[in-house]
Amino acid sequence: MVGIVIVSHSYKIAEGIKDLTDQVANGHKGIVAAGGMEDKSIGTDAVRISEAIKQADEGDGVVILADLGSGIMSAETAIELLDGEGIDVRLADAPVVEGAITAAVTAACGSNIDQVIAAAEQTRTVKKIN
Amino acid sequence: MSTKVYDCLKAIGEKIIENKDFLTDLDREIGDADHGVNMARGFQSVIEKVSQDDPDIGAALKKTGMTLLSTVGGASGPLYGTAYMEAAKALAGKETLSAEDLKTAFELAIAGIQKRGKAEKGEKTMLDAFIPAYDAYSEKIAGGASLSDALDAACAAASEGVEFTKTIAATKGRASYLGDRSIGHQDPGATSLTMTLEVIRDFLKG
Repeated sequence: MVGIVIVSHSYKIAEGIKDLTDQVANGHKGIVAAGGMEDKSIGTDAVRISEAIKQADEGDGVVILADLGSGIMSAETAIELLDGEGIDVRLADAPVVEGAITAAVTAACGSNIDQVIAAAEQTRTVKKIN
Repeated sequence: MSTKVYDCLKAIGEKIIENKDFLTDLDREIGDADHGVNMARGFQSVIEKVSQDDPDIGAALKKTGMTLLSTVGGASGPLYGTAYMEAAKALAGKETLSAEDLKTAFELAIAGIQKRGKAEKGEKTMLDAFIPAYDAYSEKIAGGASLSDALDAACAAASEGVEFTKTIAATKGRASYLGDRSIGHQDPGATSLTMTLEVIRDFLKG
């Protein structure tokens, strides 16, 4: 299964989104939260994110959902830290909650990384109120 | 006995820590009031974690970069972290520093910041201090000036760059939400970058 890493400045937000994805993608073991700093304070940590990517990887690649600002920069840095590790890891351009849930469901259905990324990024244009 | 590279990094850290409140106050005007606090926390870890005995300049800068990535928390973490890690590539295995080495290190650090922040000169960022500093430094070195004179020119250009950031609006980062209201305030990142260069200059002048 394609692994999912959830990045937020807030430890609680990332853990909370993981609770949601666990609910909708029951049985997917490769969903990892990497929110906040090591001591759970607000911030993002590229080294922690890179470790989460390794943990989420089952060989089918990893998709990262990140919140904003330095969340994106730290995720991109984490990807570079893993250069040469042979993990196909990509950052989805998507809202973190909707993107993570959609990515998790798609991954749990056995889709490949291209399909998971596409599904996550589609959430950018989904209208919530008709 | 500690190595020179460690002593220089420690001096940079002490300067940042000493100016923690000043940098945070600058950031309060146009950002989220965390630049000084975050950078001070990061450099406190650098002072604690970088080896005092390893004379390899590249290794020390790489460790500095990794430490900043995992302890700063805000945008300065990946930005300064990448800058130090890129500079480390120019100095891997080196125990002494030539003027040319430093030029390459600055060049790689700037390219790293540009890649990470997707920023250019003129967007009210640390690049508005760093790029003019690099240009002034390179010009001096090319003209046969001493390392000390070249670093003086770099620091003067960086300070002018900080002044320049007061005259422009931010288009990157949180300050960009303020648009023209960011005019009149100096950029905290350009300020901490200038402090860093000044410590390097003073240190290399010894």
